[in-house]
Order: sequence, then structure tokens, then C-alpha cells
Amino acid sequence: MQFIKTRFNYLFGTTKGLILVAIAMIGMVTAVWGLLSGPMAEMGVRVVVIKLLHMDIMQAEREGRIIILYHSIAMAVVAIETYMITGLLKMKSFFKTAINVLITVGYLLTMIFGMGFAYFGHNWAFHGLYITGLSLIFFAGVLLCVALWPWNKEYYVADKEYAHTHSGFDLERAAFFATAVTTVLSALFGAVPGSYYGHGFETFLAENVIRYPEKTVMEYSIIGHLHIMLALIAVMITLIIGRWLNFKGILHKFAMPLMILGTIVLNLGVWGVVTPLEPVAHMVIYVGATPSMFAALLLLIWSWSKLIKDGTAHLKKPTFLQRLGALVRDPLQFGPTWQMLFMNFTTSGIGIFMAVKLEEIFRVWPAREERIELTGHWHALSAIIATIILFYYGDMIGLKGKVRQLYGWTILILSDIALAAVTIFEMKRLFITEAEQQPLVNGLMYAIDFGLGMLLVLLAVVMVWRLTDLFKGKGRWSEEKDQELSQEVMK
Amino acid sequence: MKSLFILSLRGRSPKQSPALTWRFLRRAAALLAMTILLAACASVDLNASMPAFDTGVDPNTWVQVPAGEFEFGQHEEIKSTETYEIMVTDVTTAQYADFLNAALADGSVKVDGDRIVGYYPGDVFRGVKHEEEIKAGDWLFLPLDDQSQRIQFDGTRFTVQVGYENHPMTMVAWFGAWGYCKYSGGRLPTEVEWEKAARGTDGRPFPWGDNIQHNNANFYSSRDPFENMQTFGSRTSPVGFYNGRTYDGYVTLDSASPYGLYDMAGNVWQWTGDVYEGMHYRFMRGGSKDTYDMDLRVWVRNNATPTYFSPGVGFRCAR
Repeated sequence: MQFIKTRFNYLFGTTKGLILVAIAMIGMVTAVWGLLSGPMAEMGVRVVVIKLLHMDIMQAEREGRIIILYHSIAMAVVAIETYMITGLLKMKSFFKTAINVLITVGYLLTMIFGMGFAYFGHNWAFHGLYITGLSLIFFAGVLLCVALWPWNKEYYVADKEYAHTHSGFDLERAAFFATAVTTVLSALFGAVPGSYYGHGFETFLAENVIRYPEKTVMEYSIIGHLHIMLALIAVMITLIIGRWLNFKGILHKFAMPLMILGTIVLNLGVWGVVTPLEPVAHMVIYVGATPSMFAALLLLIWSWSKLIKDGTAHLKKPTFLQRLGALVRDPLQFGPTWQMLFMNFTTSGIGIFMAVKLEEIFRVWPAREERIELTGHWHALSAIIATIILFYYGDMIGLKGKVRQLYGWTILILSDIALAAVTIFEMKRLFITEAEQQPLVNGLMYAIDFGLGMLLVLLAVVMVWRLTDLFKGKGRWSEEKDQELSQEVMK
Repeated sequence: MKSLFILSLRGRSPKQSPALTWRFLRRAAALLAMTILLAACASVDLNASMPAFDTGVDPNTWVQVPAGEFEFGQHEEIKSTETYEIMVTDVTTAQYADFLNAALADGSVKVDGDRIVGYYPGDVFRGVKHEEEIKAGDWLFLPLDDQSQRIQFDGTRFTVQVGYENHPMTMVAWFGAWGYCKYSGGRLPTEVEWEKAARGTDGRPFPWGDNIQHNNANFYSSRDPFENMQTFGSRTSPVGFYNGRTYDGYVTLDSASPYGLYDMAGNVWQWTGDVYEGMHYRFMRGGSKDTYDMDLRVWVRNNATPTYFSPGVGFRCAR
């Protein structure tokens, strides 16, 4: 009994244990449900999995199923980010415990009963528990906002290295707070239409209503919700990585006000989509996205400069190659900001290019082609966020030496191969005709499947290691149960 | 691949391990990139031989769909239609070539360089965001210079590439589909008419029933005799192919709709006739040889500008 109790306390009572559970849950869902689409469906694996697991899949309900699948994974990611925040930032222990308990119960209910409802027959009690899970996550979000309240004098800072006002008001904490508050509010933009469309399972996917000149307020709300939630998850992971790397100095002082401004304006733009201001909302979104992305760029510049400086401190006059070597010496520290840069190729770049050339190119193509671009670029952003979490997790579990190198570079290279291939796949019509595309499509599919498949294998190896570790009396888990993320930020 | 491992592990020492790992990963990435590049550079023979089968389905057949209500769309909204007739199959390339020969002779279509154009009376333009004006005038029916075009023009007559006679007419713009149906005394079906003809009145997701199997329809990677996913990919099948017959050992399921229409799911997207207020896009139904099974559900919509053409888009007429 003691054996189970100590492990349970580690897995559900410590930051690192909670993160491990959430990563394992996401890994399992991704591995199983990844077999239901794309090449796996073509090879007949889908049919086998459906039969093996006794899934109950009706054609008319595909859209609803996918929405529940997205939410199940996304809520676990939100939970991981929340654990990181409660582990990194100062807050009262009551809030930390309450938030972690609520969000853990919330995402587990969402994932287990949501997927149970969507894929294994429609037990409406399961649907109720799925909604209960989402509600608990929402409440955890509200509590997080209270816990982060930046005007509490306890959290004021005096250290001149970090962005703050004359009175000591912590601008980094304010950025976390702004992101948390806007996330909670933006969740409502999904909750309200979700209740409307979810009744009777009569829902739709946003990518299927593109090009319709008339959209209802509920449709706009769904479209706004999915965009802003993903953007806010990305903003939050940027702040978390900044805290882990101990972002500070002059660039921190510029970045944090920009992050606050960008987050608020971006949200106002997205919320404006459901109001009569819709025609100008996109301009507001662009205006908001710019400072946020610029703040992330400042983090990148600071982080890379620090890596180079630290790595060449022993050299009098380092050469370019030595500087480069120092930059990439630790893939776990280099990886997150590299992925943020790479995101400009897979997500932002594509989005901007589409916006600029929409009428000239993309709206000449059939809607199904445009749908590929849309779904492709937000899947790519989601995958990039996942890899950034994995980089941080690798450091969190104390990977060192060649294992650290192997883990870090495997994630970076495999994910970038896959995501580069996804990007080329999205844009293929620019340089190849439908009739001639098959060999290119095959090649890209190999790259995507190889990259993502091997990434999942790596994750599986780590999870198996962590599972076996739990059976050891003095395994790594026993060290981690007393560690907290705030004690492990970079020097 | 073996040499890659040997090269990577040779002379390995604890101190060198990270560098070797890095080198190994770089080489693996380079090898993969090269494989993709080589695979992508493989040329595609767009005129590769096509198996010829007589399906026994006459493309000149029409059926009557009775007036009445039915469940429309994914969420089964009740809609109704008047009585109308609709073609049992997609318009074939042979039928379209006959139309072009007749229409060229009486001046209904014109050859404009490498394009066939015809008159369209235009749409009401409302200036809605993203809407493009479709003015009265000559519009593209089909291109002649595209490698995927199966209709050839020798300066006087239109002929069909051998083997494609009973395949659906593709590489035809919406105007070309509209022009054919009008010339034949019919019109393109509305989306409501199309869907009723495809699913009948019992709300089924596919023309033949609730579930889809590989030999129900021609869709992406459906392993039909016309596709080769290593080279040219998916190709069209003769109209009415999925009628329960066996062709050279390939067994098909009878996949007719409740009213006896074939190819209402897969093979080619089908242009429909609605012109919606405030948008110039035209809608297509049915999914195609290039889409996954989910797009073959009868309520799935696709749309494109009316000048769009593709090897995966065709049409049928109603009257």
C-alpha cells in the first residue's frame, strides 16, 4: 500500500509527476488516434484499430468526434502549462494546490469521458462528465488568474534585471496574468457556441465554412475561439520558456510590455470578430500579433546571445564556428527558441503569405486545397508547441550528456523534417499540378510519418523508462518529488 | 543505411559520443531528404495505359426523382424538391466531345487559342467581400493545352483519347458544364436536387448505405484497377463501374443510389448549378478519386471559382 501511496503522491502531488502523467496521456491518445487517419487509414490499420478497440464510429459524427479529440489533447496541454506556471511563479500554496487539483481532475475527465463518449458509443453520462471536466478546467483558470494577481505587493520585484515599474510592479507576472485572463475569457467564446452546437451533436469544423460570405455570430465565435486559444497557448509557452531560461536584462524590459500589449490587442481583435467591428477585426489582430511576435524575437535574441556568451566564455576571441558550436551545444536550451523561429516558416509565414495572396492564388484553388493549408498550419503550430514542452521536460527530468544530446536533437530534427514536409505539402499547388503530384506527395508523406512516428517512438522510450523507474525504490521519481521548477531556472 | 551506421559508430569513444550522435542525425536527415527529393523528382506518365472495361451502364440514361421531402445535409434538415430527372452517370468524355463538335459547328462555342470558350449571361454582382464579378460574355469551358485533358482538337474535330471514352468528362470549368447541360436541354442540378438523388429519403451518408468499403467507390488509395499510388496516383474509373460486376478479378459492390444513380460518391467531384447571392464560387459534391472517404459523404461540399478545372472534377445534368 505504501508503495502505491508514494508513487501516487509523486504522480499527482508534485509538479514533475503531474507533467509526466499529462505527457503520457497525450502520448497514448496521439499514438492510438494517429492510427485512424492519413497513411494508416490507407494501409488498413484504421479498420483494425476500430475493430480491436470496439470503437463505434458513425460517419455523420466525424466532426463532433474530432472536436472532442482536439479538446482532449488541448486540455492536457493547457494543464501542463498550468503546472509549469504554478511551479515557476510565486503564489500561495493554497492556490497552487487547488489549481493543480482542479485542472488535473478536469483534463482527465475531459479526456477519458470525452473520448469515451465520442468513440465508444454515446453514453450521455460520459458527455456530462466531459463537460464537467471542461468546467473544472475553466474554474482552475479563474483561480489561476486570482493567484497571479500582479498588483499584490508580495509579488513586486526590486531586482533591476527584470521588467518592472518604478513601484516594483512585476511586468513579467503581469504578462502571465494578461495571458491567463484572456485565455479564460476566450474559452467562453468556445463554450457558448459549443453548448449551442453540441446540443444534438450538430457541430461543424471551422475549415468547412470558409468562403461563405454570411456567417452567424456563433460560427464567428467558434472560428475566433480556435485561433485565439492556440495563439494564447503559444504565448504562454513563450513566457514559460522565458522564465525557465531566466530571461532578463534590457531585452526583458522591452519584451514584457510588448507581450502584455500584444496579448490584449490580439484578443480584442479576435473578440471583435463576433461584433459589428468584424470588418476591421483582422487589422486589429495583425496589430496585436506584431508586438507579441516581436517580444518572442527579443527572447530569442537574448537566449542565443547568452548561449553563445556562456559557451565561449573561456575563449579570448571566439571564431564564428566556435560561436555557432556554443549556440547549439545544448539542444534543450537552443531547441525552444529555434522552434519559435522555425514556426515563422511553418505557421506565421504561411499565414501572412496566404493573407497577402488570398485572392490572387488561394481563392482560385478549390476550397479543399485552402482547407489543407488552414488545417496544416495550425496542426504545425500545435506540434511545435508540443516539442517546446518536450525540450523543457527533457531538462526537467535531468537528462545529461549524450542522452540529453540524443533526446534534444532527435526532437528538433525529426519534428522539423516532418513540419517542413507538412509545409511543402500545404503549398504544393504553387509548383506542381494535381496530375503530377503523387511522387512528391509520397515523398512528403514518408518524411512526415518518419518524423512524427520516430518522435512518438522516442517519447514512448522515455515513458517506458519513467514507468520502470516508478518500480524502483530510489528511482528518479524519488528525487523529483522534492524538486520544484522555480528552483531550477537557468542561472 | 548500413554504411551510415558503420560510419557513425566507427572509432566511437565516450568523449566523442555527442559529436557522433550529431553527425549520425545529420546524415540520417540528409539521407531522408535525398530520398524525398528522389521520390519527388520521379516523372509521372500521364498517358500510362488505362485498363478498358465496359460497365454495361448506359450514360444516356436518365431517371426520375419524385417530388417530396428528404433529409438534407449532415444535420438532416428537411427540404423538398419538385419532380425532376437526372442522369444516371456523370457526363462522359465521349458525350462531351460530341457536344463540342455540334456546338462548334453551330457557333455555340469558340476556339480561343488553346481554350474553348462559350457565352454565359453573367451573374448579379453585389460587391460582397471576396466576391468577384461574373460579367456576361465568353468564359472558359475547357483548356486544350493541359496534359490532363483527354479531349483533343485537330483544328476541325474533337476526339477522345483512346481508353477514356466512357470515363467522366474532367478538366471542364463550371461554365463548360453549364454550357453542356444547357445545350442538351437540361441544366446542372441544384445542390438540393443533387443530394436527394444521391441519398434518397432515408438520411444515409453514402449513396449505397451507412458504411464505405474500398470497392464501393473510386477514392484516394482505394486500390482500384486504375490507380498506382507510386506513380500517377488515382485516376478516374469508367462511369457506372461500381455496379456489382467483377472486372478481371476486381470485384465491385453495387453502389447505386436509391434512385439508381452511379458515381454519386467518388470518381469525380460534380459541379452543381446554384449561383448564390454575394459569392462567385460554384459548389461541387460527391468527393473524388483524390479525396479520402470522409469527403464522399453525400453532404460534403467543395467549391471553386467557375473557371476552375481539374482532373478530379466533372458533372452530370438534370432537367
